[in-house]
Amino acid sequence: MLTCKEFLSELSAYLDEETDLDLKAKIDKHAAECPNCWVVCDTTKKTIKVYKGMDACEIPPSIHERLMSALEKKIAAEKS
Amino acid sequence: MAPAESSPVEIDEAEQIEKARGGDARAFGDLIGKYERKIFRLAQHITQNREDAEDVLQETFLKAYEHLNQFQGNSKFYTWIVRIAVNQALMKLRKRKSDKSVSMDEGIDTGEDVVVREIAAWDEDPEQRYSREELNEILTAAVDSLAPPYRTVFVLRDVEDLSTEETAEALELSIPAVKSRLLRARLQLREKLTKFFKRKGDDAFAYM
Repeated sequence: MLTCKEFLSELSAYLDEETDLDLKAKIDKHAAECPNCWVVCDTTKKTIKVYKGMDACEIPPSIHERLMSALEKKIAAEKS
Repeated sequence: MAPAESSPVEIDEAEQIEKARGGDARAFGDLIGKYERKIFRLAQHITQNREDAEDVLQETFLKAYEHLNQFQGNSKFYTWIVRIAVNQALMKLRKRKSDKSVSMDEGIDTGEDVVVREIAAWDEDPEQRYSREELNEILTAAVDSLAPPYRTVFVLRDVEDLSTEETAEALELSIPAVKSRLLRARLQLREKLTKFFKRKGDDAFAYM
């Protein structure tokens, strides 16, 4: 039986599916029996999910334009 | 040549890189168009300063163009430019805070304990309670409040979706260091987000 502390220290690897089957079974068992750890596991999983689903916003056109003109200048300087 | 298992997207990209190497500015422009938003977001997360982030964006793509011949094709192009961007962004961060001598180890909690304080269940899709703009603000503020060592690892792994190995390489950290920082970052964010996402009307333990 894992302690809560051991459970927490393996949580990240567990959510990334990097734990071996034996450890995974122990973690599943702990989560099923310990409501607090179940909540921590579930909410950490959701934390990762919301961040992975975050879109990168469009960058302001002025920033894009300055980038492109800096690149053009560089290319022109290389050619000359 | 692209490996046989490459997806069409990767083959397109390999072609674009080849063309850009040959001096085709438009091909390089396409690569910029594809990745500039992510690089700008990454730079903003690390530097936490818009001007610096804009500089990082420019420096990243100019350096990438300049050193395109050094891109081997054994890592993804995206990972390669992320590595350039991270280096530029960390340099900015150090420069701006030179009086405080920021290091990648600053704020590292060396204690063994991982603390969990808030225990409350969340809704099934808690993010749907907020508009896109609100959600973006909540998530960004939470990440930005992490200490730099946690923030950079978290952003690369869980926002930019790099692998543990790629993150370790980009930050010149060991794989165990990436893993331990990621765990702490995730748990800290979980705490910070609980106040926005916990099930309405529920207090701790109410799910039991």
